[in-house]
Amino acid sequence: MPGLMEAFWDALRLIALGDADLWEIIGLSLRVTMTAVGLSCLIGLPLGAVVGAFRFPGRTALSLILNALMGLPPVVVGLGVYLMLSASGPLGVLQLLYTPTAMILAQMILVTPIVAALTRQVVEDLNEEYAEQFASLGVRRMERVAALIWDARYSLLTVALAGFGRAVAEVGAVLIVGGNIDHVTRVMTTTIALETSRGNLHLALALGAVLLVIALLVNAAVMAVRHTAQKVAYA
Amino acid sequence: MRDLTDFDEAGLAAPPLLETRGLTFAAGGRRLIDGVNLTLRPGRRVAIMGPNGAGKSLLLRLMHGLLTPADGGVLWQGRRLDAAARAAQAMVFQRPVLLRRSVLGNLSFALRARGVPRHLRPARAEEALARARLTGLARSPARRLSGGEQQRLALAMALAGRPWVLFLDEPTASLDPASTHAVEEMLAEAHAQGVTTVTVTHDAGQARRVGDDLVFLQAGRVAEAGPVASLLDAPRSGPLRAWTEGRLWLPDR
Amino acid sequence: MIRHAVLTLGAIFALSLPAALAAEEFITVQSTTSTQNSGLFDHILPMFEAGTGIDVRVVAVGTGQAIRNAMNGDGDVLFVHARAAEEAFVADGFGTARHDVMYNDFVVVGPAADPAGVSGMRDSVAALAQIAGAGAVFVSRGDDSGTHKAEGALWSETDVDLEEASGGWYRETGSGMGATLNIGIGMGGYVLTDRATWIAFGNKGSHRVLVEGDARLFNQYGIILVNPAVHAHVKAEAGQSFVDWILSAEGQAAIAGYEVAGQQLFFPNAK
Repeated sequence: MPGLMEAFWDALRLIALGDADLWEIIGLSLRVTMTAVGLSCLIGLPLGAVVGAFRFPGRTALSLILNALMGLPPVVVGLGVYLMLSASGPLGVLQLLYTPTAMILAQMILVTPIVAALTRQVVEDLNEEYAEQFASLGVRRMERVAALIWDARYSLLTVALAGFGRAVAEVGAVLIVGGNIDHVTRVMTTTIALETSRGNLHLALALGAVLLVIALLVNAAVMAVRHTAQKVAYA
Repeated sequence: MRDLTDFDEAGLAAPPLLETRGLTFAAGGRRLIDGVNLTLRPGRRVAIMGPNGAGKSLLLRLMHGLLTPADGGVLWQGRRLDAAARAAQAMVFQRPVLLRRSVLGNLSFALRARGVPRHLRPARAEEALARARLTGLARSPARRLSGGEQQRLALAMALAGRPWVLFLDEPTASLDPASTHAVEEMLAEAHAQGVTTVTVTHDAGQARRVGDDLVFLQAGRVAEAGPVASLLDAPRSGPLRAWTEGRLWLPDR
Repeated sequence: MIRHAVLTLGAIFALSLPAALAAEEFITVQSTTSTQNSGLFDHILPMFEAGTGIDVRVVAVGTGQAIRNAMNGDGDVLFVHARAAEEAFVADGFGTARHDVMYNDFVVVGPAADPAGVSGMRDSVAALAQIAGAGAVFVSRGDDSGTHKAEGALWSETDVDLEEASGGWYRETGSGMGATLNIGIGMGGYVLTDRATWIAFGNKGSHRVLVEGDARLFNQYGIILVNPAVHAHVKAEAGQSFVDWILSAEGQAAIAGYEVAGQQLFFPNAK
């Protein structure tokens, strides 16, 4: 398929030559997704850790709900956020529809359950090991949560990466709440969808490959950090 | 069974630090700890022995308040075991439980959990490092230490809160003789400073070294208790006699 | 360390806000995939923006969705192609007034092999009936868009039962024009498309225009300012200036000047 290779090299050339539009799109993708993942971690890590570390009424139900929410269809999330942020919706006055903030919000709703559910699993396992020592030392509840999160930090990096993967590859939600507006809310996935609908399949595929490379680089960077930190510091 | 409540040979008048009264723990319909009465007096070290499954670790955890008894109870200085009493106790587990941080980080964590004010922690941590002979390894990842070093760190963490009573669950079970010796040295130092230790062990030699009194458990009950030397030299109960002679003791015989 | 992480995240979040809070003046236009996919907006919007400093943000969805979004107030201007629906939009008070902007036409594209033998026909209704009679695959948008509505109007003049045919030779994609073309080409089926999207489309395969030139294939685009009396936040002034510019000689010339492969895609006809 000469056309495919050609389109792929074209896409790579655009990046290498610093095509402003493409870089803008890549930059926005990363900014939106990383912000969404970061905020999801702020919520999901403590939430998952609390569910993983303590027994309380409704805990099983909560775990179940978190696990189920991992499978939320992006389009449904997009619609929900659209209805909230629409000028006719309850949060319409904020005028956030068709902005990167709306996209961040939608991706947070997608990613937070993933972070929380996976964190619960990781923390639960670690807590098995630590619970008696914590009880013996008389560690207070909030300190327990903090210590479990901190000690599971390398596993939780992988959790964050799982969230990143879901968010950066997602198109259904950001298309609806972002609107794929050129120079404002156009990200990698919505560009790919647009080029596909323009029939520029090779370009779309090449952009997909670029997205894959970016995801690969982000993963490699995080893994490298994890590897060195682990090697240098703590087992 | 004879009442073994008070086996303090000298009958010294020191008031009991900790007492168990008819302590019972059940799981899956079986009484794993069955009406144990013990008294712990300040400064008087106790070794606990018994075959696998006798309930040694359970007994430690019940006394330390990590498990809730099904019946009977634990008295601390004559009162119910509460959070304040728990703060005067510490425990070392068979497999050292260390956080995924540096040696110093582990000690700081233990000191903080014990409520030691921030400004006092560095000095106390230094002291604990020296006690565990780990000063040179302060910045090393705790879980990269050797088995002996890890157990010394765990012991230092337990002692960092300056407990009155220290429970040890087979602390040297997986250590070589040199490492075992180092751990026992720390125990001796702690004892010299007034810490009362309760050590579960499988090793009669260790029982003599770290115990003044011996409690021999069999199937969740105290089979025999008394001064360690006299018990091991002249066991009276069937189970302990079998143990010291290296025989398999079966209750039916 | 944790405090540090929180600060970093806060900074990242703060960085993401300026785009949302930017003071620069912009309007949001709810429009259709055909205008965006054909590249028309990329051609004409820079001229308007250069002249006025107003940024135009286009949300390109199917006409049906565009109208619903505009009814919700999620846009200042509606720029679509479904005359009856547009007039209802204005009649219901959601828009101030509707203006003709431009037209192009619909065409039926199909595989070069042309199993239904409709190539060269001018009567679009007869051509569709012939496709149905041959049981040849026809791929429809099925998404309530302007093109879908135009297609439905043609079918209603035949006596074909689409309900029954749907899932058989009649395939509804529920997708945009481009996606539907991709599917139609993949299935070797016939597709009704607007000419602009077709000319600019990059994945034609062996498909080509088979039916064209019927007056019923006329495709009129209209523009409407969303009624600020209904949605107070509508940027009436900026929106009106965009409407005025599109209808002005300059805007009309800009539309006429957009060509792909030497072909003009849209024909301005503002009054």
